[in-house]
Amino acid sequence: MTIEDRPVDGRPAGEEERGAGSEAGAGVDGGSSRAVQGDPQRRARQTGRELKRYESLFAARTRSMRSSAMRDMFALTERPDVISLAGGLPDTSTFPPELFAKLMSHIAATSTARALQYGPTEGMRAVMDCVVEVMAAEDTAVDPEDVIITTGGQQVLDLVCKTFIDPGDVIVAEAPTYPGAIPAFAAYQADVVQVEMDEDGMPIDALEETLAQLERAGRRPKLIYTIPNFQNPAGVTMSTERRRRLVALARERELLVLEDNPYGLLRYEGERRPTLYSLDASSTGRGGASDFVVYLGTFSKILSPGLRLGWAVAPRPVLEKLNLGKQGADLCSSPMCQLFVSTFFGERDAGGPAWLDYIDRVKQLYRTRRDVMLDALEQELGGEARWTLPQGGLFVWATLQSDVDTTDLLARSEKVAFVPGRAAYVDGSSGASSMRLNFAGSSEEDIREGVRRIGEILRRDAGLFGALTQSRELDSEDDAPQGPAAQQESPDGQAPLADVVELPKRREGSLRKRRER
Amino acid sequence: MSLKVAVLKGGGSLERPVSLRSGAQVQDALERLGHEVIAIDVGADLIRRLHQAEPDVAFVALHGRDGEDGTIQGLLEAIDLPYTGSGPSGCMRCTDKALAKHLMREAGLPTPDFYAFKESTIKELDVAAALPDVERKLGFPVVVKPASQGSALGVKFAHSSDELPGAIVGALSYDRKVLIERYVRGRDLAVSVLGSPAAAAPASAAPPAERSAGRTAAATLQALPVVEAIPRDDSFYSYQSRYEIGMTTFVCPAEIDPQLAARAQALALECFELLGCHGCARVDLMLEDGGGELLLLEVNVVPGLTETSLLPQAADAAGIGFDELIERILDSAFSRPSRALASTPDRAPT
Repeated sequence: MTIEDRPVDGRPAGEEERGAGSEAGAGVDGGSSRAVQGDPQRRARQTGRELKRYESLFAARTRSMRSSAMRDMFALTERPDVISLAGGLPDTSTFPPELFAKLMSHIAATSTARALQYGPTEGMRAVMDCVVEVMAAEDTAVDPEDVIITTGGQQVLDLVCKTFIDPGDVIVAEAPTYPGAIPAFAAYQADVVQVEMDEDGMPIDALEETLAQLERAGRRPKLIYTIPNFQNPAGVTMSTERRRRLVALARERELLVLEDNPYGLLRYEGERRPTLYSLDASSTGRGGASDFVVYLGTFSKILSPGLRLGWAVAPRPVLEKLNLGKQGADLCSSPMCQLFVSTFFGERDAGGPAWLDYIDRVKQLYRTRRDVMLDALEQELGGEARWTLPQGGLFVWATLQSDVDTTDLLARSEKVAFVPGRAAYVDGSSGASSMRLNFAGSSEEDIREGVRRIGEILRRDAGLFGALTQSRELDSEDDAPQGPAAQQESPDGQAPLADVVELPKRREGSLRKRRER
Repeated sequence: MSLKVAVLKGGGSLERPVSLRSGAQVQDALERLGHEVIAIDVGADLIRRLHQAEPDVAFVALHGRDGEDGTIQGLLEAIDLPYTGSGPSGCMRCTDKALAKHLMREAGLPTPDFYAFKESTIKELDVAAALPDVERKLGFPVVVKPASQGSALGVKFAHSSDELPGAIVGALSYDRKVLIERYVRGRDLAVSVLGSPAAAAPASAAPPAERSAGRTAAATLQALPVVEAIPRDDSFYSYQSRYEIGMTTFVCPAEIDPQLAARAQALALECFELLGCHGCARVDLMLEDGGGELLLLEVNVVPGLTETSLLPQAADAAGIGFDELIERILDSAFSRPSRALASTPDRAPT
């Protein structure tokens, strides 16, 4: 096979994204640049609408591609004085460097050539066996032949869309949904319809209602995308009853479910829930593989995101298409990283397999950090916000008063970062008063301080809001206490206006009280 | 002549990502033009790096705080380094939208009615007590803008008294000062201006309408063709769509009556001179529905230079390629009217 990865114009890809502060220009041939100026033909071409040139060449799908404004804001969170609760990061400092060195030298001693070579597109057999082990730990039996190893779980999203989505096809997703899924879906011009969740995940009644609405419009979704465990970003877990109903519904209507389960093994409390895959597989009545669930797993959260290794488990015909898609995308996932995983999974210590011990260690760490965050939220935002109580995973989803826009909050919060709720909605406007907070990637001290900083900004905003509304309240009392405005219902019909006007006073008062404690 | 050019980009403002993209485009162009480029992501080590590298000139590709408000420009003057774009005073006048609009109004230039106030006055002077009067005068809807942000960041709409406090608090997240402005329904236009005001010749003899035709002998100012920004979905084009290809459709030259276009250009030139801009600037206007009145909104002293930015598109429509545009902006660094302070050695300690 011949691999041609040299860019067409001979310029290394990514050069235009020069690193910050890099000293460019040293290697530039000034002579030939000046020649351009002198060459009238080339000069004419330069001035000839050079900007529109690219626009006319871009594929139609780039019109729906999006890089969220959030990503832009994250550039600011890289400053050292910013406490970032924004990332989706596990804490990789927990992996022992000695073990890393041991694994790598073992690979060097036994498999240098393999590590440096291409591998099979579907992945190394040894890693598929690791996947079987991981899924067995989630009480899910899979045949290694049904597994494809991918470059992170993110690639599964891409390959599944590549396989199933034509422009305009519908994907039903949870609301809020994984912010990173939105660019993947958008790139294939999918029409994403979101179903609002509650504390037990996606309500199946609401899903059925959405499906009925779609049907009335003559549309049928290609996929139902769900993160059943410790959902990203909401932190909630789908109840077992809903899981059963979802699988039954998928079977009945022959709909495909994409089960994204990166955090299933990071459970800190409560009972393990069956995977959708295992529920579907057991309802086939013949044992073995699932018919309607494509399962997405990853080593990112239970081991390391830097390895960029994930997997899909899918029915054979789907697996074949995923494989074809992957051939076009990257031929194979890094054999070096795959060897790292398979070598690590071969490690044993006194307590049994080292990988299970490692998960136990990070679980303890994350559980403590989760508790610290929940405690800090209670102290700083108690009464002013509500938040989910995740039994596992990495995230808490906090929702503030409806008049607070967390995107503005992020702009104001120079020293703390989080993911504004809008990032988790395709319409870019819902979820405005919510935020995703990661508790796994920061120290206890940083979590406390980060949440305190959020509380501080909220108090300042509440003070301003109160000052802006109180005097009007006085005015309206003076002018017309029974005026039409005082009786008017708010647009969503939830509360009369008078209560809304009361809100800032209450907020400010109780926040002040808290501060004094 | 080959120069050693320090391209200042990035920085710590909310518009950092756009600035990095502008900077990258500028670097490429400067290299094609045969200059030596030193890329500097602006941070605490800015002055030290400039001292070390000893460039001939600084190309300011910073957007937002510090880069556009005159701070960096003042520092560059302190170290005697020529730089592109407007000087500190021009930057300050443009970056404070409230100040810019006051100056426009005093000079008789049309701009939507507005009121501005600082965050601190909300509590200290009970601004809220005046809000009913403001609402009565401006009428709903109103636009609430941070006084100093570019890029439509933090711009809010309020359709009623209930929405106004939230909009104000939201806008205050981006700046300590906000303005409440009458909402103008209409078409979004922009006119970029290149060159230096005829500083040597005080008031130009030619009336603005004539000067707008392009370069004249008297002034070195050039108003580029009018660009219209047409958002693809939202009622107002957001920060994101302004910088993503395909999110907003830009039409250049704008499909408007030639006389209106000439008037827009003339207004832009007047505004550019009034606010003391130099080198280049982008003047944003609205063409109001109904009456067809042109209204000045604001002036951006460091216009975006990304592939989708308005200034490069307008220059392109005027037959000025990107490289030539960059060269001209670079040249403007050396045509700045001399400053009194810098040339008064008797003030310097001996």
